[in-house]
Amino acid sequence: MRLPLLSFQVAADQQGSLTADIMELQAVLMAAGGGSRMTDLTYNTPKPMLPVGNKPLMWYPLNLLERVGFEEVIVITTKEVQKMMVTDPKMKVDVKMKLDVVCIQEDGDMGTADALRHIQQKIKTDVLVVSCDLITDVALHEVVDLFRAHNATLAMLMSNAHEFTETVPGQKGKKKTAEQRDFVGVDQSGKRLLFMANEADLEDGLSIRKSIMRKHPRMHIKTGLVDAHLYCLKKAVVDFLADNKSISSIRGELVPYLVRKQFSKTTSSPKIKDDAENQNQKTNDGSTNHELLISSRDEPLLQLAQERSCWNDHRGDMSEAYHGGKLRCYVHIIDQGLCCRVNTLAAYIEANRLAPKLFEEPAVHPSAVISERCQMGSDSIIGALCQVADKTSIKRSTLGNSTTVKEKVKVTNSIIMHGVTIEEGCNIQGSVICSNAVIGRGADLKYCLVGNGQRIEPEAERTNEVIVGTDQLMEI
Amino acid sequence: MADSGVTDEPGSKDDGHRAKTEGKELTKEEKQRLRKEKKQQKKNKEKKDEKASQESEKKRNREEKPVSAAAPASQPPTQPSTQKAPSAVPAPAPVPVPVSETPALADKPAKSKAELKAERRARQEAERASKQASTSKPKAPPSELQPVVKRLPEHVQVDNPGVLKKLAKKLERQQIPLRSDYGYKVSLFSHLHQYSRKAPLTQQLSIPSTVIHPAIVRLGLQYSQGIVAGSNARSVALLHAFRQVIRDYTTPPNEELSRDLVNKLKPYISFLNQCRPLSASMGNAIKYIKKEISNIPCQCKEEEAKSQLLSSIKCYIDEKIILAAKAIAKSSIEKISNGDVILVYGCSSLVNHILCEAFEKNIKFRVIVVDSRPRLEGREALRRLVQRGISCTYVLISAVSYILPEVSKVFLGAHALLANGYVMSRVGTSQIALVAKAFNVPVLVCCETYKFCERVQTDSFVSNELDDPDDLIVTRKGKTQLEHWQDVPSLGLLNLVYDVTPPDFVDLVITDLGMIPCTSVPVVLRVKNVDQ
Repeated sequence: MRLPLLSFQVAADQQGSLTADIMELQAVLMAAGGGSRMTDLTYNTPKPMLPVGNKPLMWYPLNLLERVGFEEVIVITTKEVQKMMVTDPKMKVDVKMKLDVVCIQEDGDMGTADALRHIQQKIKTDVLVVSCDLITDVALHEVVDLFRAHNATLAMLMSNAHEFTETVPGQKGKKKTAEQRDFVGVDQSGKRLLFMANEADLEDGLSIRKSIMRKHPRMHIKTGLVDAHLYCLKKAVVDFLADNKSISSIRGELVPYLVRKQFSKTTSSPKIKDDAENQNQKTNDGSTNHELLISSRDEPLLQLAQERSCWNDHRGDMSEAYHGGKLRCYVHIIDQGLCCRVNTLAAYIEANRLAPKLFEEPAVHPSAVISERCQMGSDSIIGALCQVADKTSIKRSTLGNSTTVKEKVKVTNSIIMHGVTIEEGCNIQGSVICSNAVIGRGADLKYCLVGNGQRIEPEAERTNEVIVGTDQLMEI
Repeated sequence: MADSGVTDEPGSKDDGHRAKTEGKELTKEEKQRLRKEKKQQKKNKEKKDEKASQESEKKRNREEKPVSAAAPASQPPTQPSTQKAPSAVPAPAPVPVPVSETPALADKPAKSKAELKAERRARQEAERASKQASTSKPKAPPSELQPVVKRLPEHVQVDNPGVLKKLAKKLERQQIPLRSDYGYKVSLFSHLHQYSRKAPLTQQLSIPSTVIHPAIVRLGLQYSQGIVAGSNARSVALLHAFRQVIRDYTTPPNEELSRDLVNKLKPYISFLNQCRPLSASMGNAIKYIKKEISNIPCQCKEEEAKSQLLSSIKCYIDEKIILAAKAIAKSSIEKISNGDVILVYGCSSLVNHILCEAFEKNIKFRVIVVDSRPRLEGREALRRLVQRGISCTYVLISAVSYILPEVSKVFLGAHALLANGYVMSRVGTSQIALVAKAFNVPVLVCCETYKFCERVQTDSFVSNELDDPDDLIVTRKGKTQLEHWQDVPSLGLLNLVYDVTPPDFVDLVITDLGMIPCTSVPVVLRVKNVDQ
């Protein structure tokens, strides 16, 4: 899909009509995650800087924000990532926005909500939180339009998950790790978020409050959705987080809380405990409810406009639009298009295959030296300063920057990161070779993962193995 | 009449004759034009007296040609002007040509100054006529010659590429994206915009909108998605958004608030217009705000000025909408008696308010709600009335002649009241008024005075709004018949929003100024203008 170029940006800068005080949305990029589900890849390279299609992973959400029109992004990350960001050529050249980098401690287990609390002083208006591992080509205005039009407290993005078809190196047998599923309940229009819970919290079964069923008799519960971790939150939510220090994760705690709060009674009546609730219910529900209510300074006028308007979001019962609820959560679910969260090895491999298709960049970097007798498939990407010798065959693979590939090497379906040397006669299939690894001559690797800086001895034959250093093995 | 004149040779006699017949149709305009022309001639005389002697030789040679060229060139343009056009088509420039020719030609053998005047005028007319013959649409000529004829608004000239280009240029200057039309338009309405709800204007805007204030973007979205619908709701929401804009506004250095703020509001208004064409009530509200802003004295400090503006907006809403509704309700309740069966159409906030108030006063009546596709707004009206406890019946508009024998009164809401007494309201209203008239059921229209508009319209074609044609597509039993309507070349979907009811069908208009007949609308407008 070709992404449109916004030509209004340049003119807007010249005009400079709105001051910074009336910004509509502030973007926050969460790039401090550790990549706990793909430690083999991330023990040396932090997750935000993992190369995907020869671009660092965090470049993709930043590019999305830039394309859409953001001029400033607050990036929450670790010192290590910040150092790498500054030196990475792609980030320096391509990212034109102003990046306000906020560093947090790497080892302190700061959740995403904790990070938001940390930067509360910088948040002046509604906020768009994006995770660094999101690669998507969604039209962001769909999510933001829901947020704007319905004056929502939360608007998020989800995608119908696609099965990963590639074989993942290092996996024994057929996959299906029991990944905890998410149960997402939406209303009939598919836009309003009614229910959100993780399988882990539903040990006793899925229970829906009667009040929800009375208001929304038809609910669709979906389990095959991938949360893109892209949230539009009202400023009041950030202020609420500042007061409620017990919420530490946006996805895990804040979002289910907000979804539940849509239907709770606004008056603190004593009989709120009669329905079966989830185990994670915070005890200070009733008292903090009023803080989340959207209070615009012209509330009576808005109320008047809504009263006079002949629109209702539902029909069939006697209540007004939105059932009179002030707190509303919306979700935009995309069916087509790419929306990939790179948090597992399988997702990483998938992303490497799909991400380059998003952009119209040439497959071969101009500075790479490719000999004429190299057979390169159209799906392959060659990074900068690569050297590919004769009689090599590179199909459906990605070669990182400064990689050297000697003669008679066959690379199929693989991801080679930066600075790798592949000696003559190697055969690499379906593998992931991390940075600065050296593959000895004549090695035959099938579905392997070679860790950072590893050396594979010549004539080695490995299938379906994860080859990492001994120091890595300690971190189980 | 004029057709017969085409083939005739341009003799002065025919010119005079044609002028006389056309003079009968347009006497008042002609007189005004003549007056203006004389003034113009005097001015020209003073300016060009020196050049007259130099040009006289040249002009004598070309005397005959421009005169004869002007006359036949004037004939084809005169034709469309005398043809029946639904609204004032501004092509009157050639019409005065025959009139002005006659005195010029008659005076020819007389003084030389008059001669030169005539030649100069003839040359001008020839140039103008040739320009008009070459342009696709006769534009309104300079105002000093034709003050009476009004220009056609842009939004009813969508099929004119020149107008579209102008609009695109204007929007580009204001940095507002242009919304493109969608789907095949029925030929009768091809001069109107038709947008798709699935292609919102925000697609082309940057996400943290920098050019347009966020409150306005939100409002535009709510308009285009129909979340804020209904004349009163739209106006209130607009004023609310403007209050936020004014609050967030800071005067740039070396600028005056009274002038700069109005300029800041212009792109916002264009943006809202692109999202959904402005309603008459919104137009009046915008005029009021602009007037208030311009009336701010320059010595006024910014904070003071802003608070003054905010309070005047609040005042406007209180007076024109809230208090007006109360006054109208009070008057209308006199008209509702026990045992009445009242018919309402669609969801009019004012009519609902009236009925709820009447119910509070313990008048025993019942309501029949008439609804129509595709909006099905009657369901919302039904919900609000039933929630209060009023007993209601619900029918679709196709059944209106079946239930009208039961009805004692019809209450209709209005989107705008036009200067010639016509009522512009949701499509289907005129049908109900017509059927009610046939059954001799009184029709009462309730409308606040801020919805009175100076436009004149006698039909629903010229100026209307085309909604998304995909709204007409409905899925029944899993089948969507019209799903691929765009592939059928001979099929067009038409989703009109407004229609115009003639004053003959309306018995009474209840406004906050009292109960007036439909034809008194121009009086009210005049009184309002005098007040302001």
